[in-house]
Amino acid sequence: MELLRFFTAGNVDDGKSTLIGRLLYDSDSISTDIIETLTRQSKTTGANSQIDLALLTDGLRAEREQGITIDVAYKYFTTDKRKFIIADTPGHIQYTRNMFTGASNANLAIILIDARNGITDQTKRHSVLCAILGIPHVLICINKMDLVNYSETKYKEIETNYLIFAKQLGLKNISFIPASALAGDNVVKKSENMNWYKGPALLEFLETVNIAKEKESDAPRFQVQFVIRPQTLDLPDYRGVAGRVISGFYKKGQRVIILPSKIESVISRIEVNQKEVNIAERNQPVVLHLKDNIDVSRGDTIVPIESLPKTEKEITATICWMDNSSFIPGQKIVLQQNSFRTKAIVKEVISKVDIHSFLEIKSDGSMKLNDICKVLIKTAEAISFDSYSENRGSGAFILLNENTNNTIAAGTIN
Amino acid sequence: MSKQFNYLDELEAEAIYIMREVAGQFDRPALLFSGGKDSICLVHLALKAFRPGKFPFPLVHVDTGHNFPEAIKFRDELANKIGEKLIVRKVENTIREKKLQDAKGKFPSRNGLQTYTLLDVIEEFEFDACIGGARRDEEKARAKERIFSVRDEFGQWDPKMQRPELWNIYNGKINKGENVRVFPISNWTELDVWNYIQREQIELPSIYFTHERQCVITEHGQLMCNNEFLDLDDTDRIVTKNVRYRTVGDMTCTAAVESEAYKIDDIIKEIKEAKISERGATRMDDRVSEAAMEDRKKGGYF
Repeated sequence: MELLRFFTAGNVDDGKSTLIGRLLYDSDSISTDIIETLTRQSKTTGANSQIDLALLTDGLRAEREQGITIDVAYKYFTTDKRKFIIADTPGHIQYTRNMFTGASNANLAIILIDARNGITDQTKRHSVLCAILGIPHVLICINKMDLVNYSETKYKEIETNYLIFAKQLGLKNISFIPASALAGDNVVKKSENMNWYKGPALLEFLETVNIAKEKESDAPRFQVQFVIRPQTLDLPDYRGVAGRVISGFYKKGQRVIILPSKIESVISRIEVNQKEVNIAERNQPVVLHLKDNIDVSRGDTIVPIESLPKTEKEITATICWMDNSSFIPGQKIVLQQNSFRTKAIVKEVISKVDIHSFLEIKSDGSMKLNDICKVLIKTAEAISFDSYSENRGSGAFILLNENTNNTIAAGTIN
Repeated sequence: MSKQFNYLDELEAEAIYIMREVAGQFDRPALLFSGGKDSICLVHLALKAFRPGKFPFPLVHVDTGHNFPEAIKFRDELANKIGEKLIVRKVENTIREKKLQDAKGKFPSRNGLQTYTLLDVIEEFEFDACIGGARRDEEKARAKERIFSVRDEFGQWDPKMQRPELWNIYNGKINKGENVRVFPISNWTELDVWNYIQREQIELPSIYFTHERQCVITEHGQLMCNNEFLDLDDTDRIVTKNVRYRTVGDMTCTAAVESEAYKIDDIIKEIKEAKISERGATRMDDRVSEAAMEDRKKGGYF
């Protein structure tokens, strides 16, 4: 059984939380005690006589009080075909950073469009975000079809307009489903109100969309997390390099190079759970042993000599500023890419990305909360990376404030 | 790719990755271990993450004094078997030393009191990271918490000030006095845990399987094991039933469920058919209010 991680973007008004609630509710993923609680809450929030499905995902007191989603909530459900992890993210512009958080790991995005309103600024913003984060699949759910008399013309019009808009973003694998989350049309069950629509209902789509062949670099990438050295009487010289295979695979006997030190060696042994294996696969937590007794430590990258990433002290990247305090030119920061950390500095804010059109506009050098900018970063130590569009695992990083330690930005390397 | 990487492999890989990040990022981490199924899974994952080396952290148990003896026995045996250090600190001692008021009522829960002991043990050993077995599917406030959850000097969680957490990049940098709670199995559901226990053939305390027990029926119809800590009177009905535990907390606040399941297969079948959530079925401490867990977490609870 496969695991699919997806996120939903939108506001309460678009029926985002209702859609998730409907998915969970109609697929029997909600327990009776939780339905009881919901029924009780729905009465106090003064909603109509039905259960307010949005209450399922709004887990914080402030969210329930204000009727909005502030932070990402994770929800889980399983069908016979797949296990799903949903990141329910807020849609409002002031919570763009929370949306970034929920979206970063997703295989798929569900963008909701209110059939009455068509494409809005919010739709554009969320689509741009998908483009920046390289989300492999985008599903446009045209919701509230019941309020436009299940009109095929309306649906087609939105579909055509969206495809024109999406072209300039370079989004791939875009699908469309007409639905009504409130009435349950095309969420779990195929709607009888829209016989003109021949595609699957949402759940069937989620169960069958092909996620195995995501565009992901096959170049082998591995980063050291921790060095295992028991130093016991039995194992005085054991020195295993523990980490996760970010992409591609590694073989016993393979010639490799350690970066940034550029020392060459050979993989002499691969262990998974203390058992020797011949191949270490993508995503697998493994322990590598190198033939030569060389200095390898946390944050080092190990790659085959025939497949080198770039190793540089200057990168250009697209970053989303996530801190309440704005960027201060010359500010000392720490860059973290998986387990690798180095001191860094933003040398230049090259341009600002217009979040509604994806166009670059002139920057005045400032960056404040939720701004998306193209920047030039200089690092103290050389960073080994691929461009994010080629490899999400080795092309992403976060920036930390050296003083507060907060995560102040997230970036994708160009 | 030669073999299919299934969802349990993916969840396992994520958890091991997170544990190794803890080992790489912190000076004095700890693994909070209760003898319950979730923390037993954490120990199993730590074995996979760090063997043949020793764990880069001790196991720490905050003993409320109301624990099931079966879980305590299992805790000691497991620590002994794997040869790792176990630190136990007792809530009873905290109550005495800090002159706190012990829990009262028919079902006196030391759930709130254990936060004091937890914060004390963190201070005593200067732990900078505590790995816990909490899962996001357990409760709606937990569904909002990050995998690396930064707490201030008072152990408090501020849901509005959470650090953004992107991709698989975990920011564990903190200032002195702060600590991080780390939840490697955040993305696992109750069923995932059981499927994993089955696949990995992980041993569990006997109370997870069916056994005969004297129970008191609460006003909500829950089955509480009859024990010395309860304050019962003549009106309480005591029955003998075949029960098991879905979650192992304190004897005073964790209810049993009627069950004949004596194998993991049976338990998995039972959970798939169960209509009531894990905490809903078994925890009295969450019934207090809509935001009971959110409030406890803000106060330093893990």
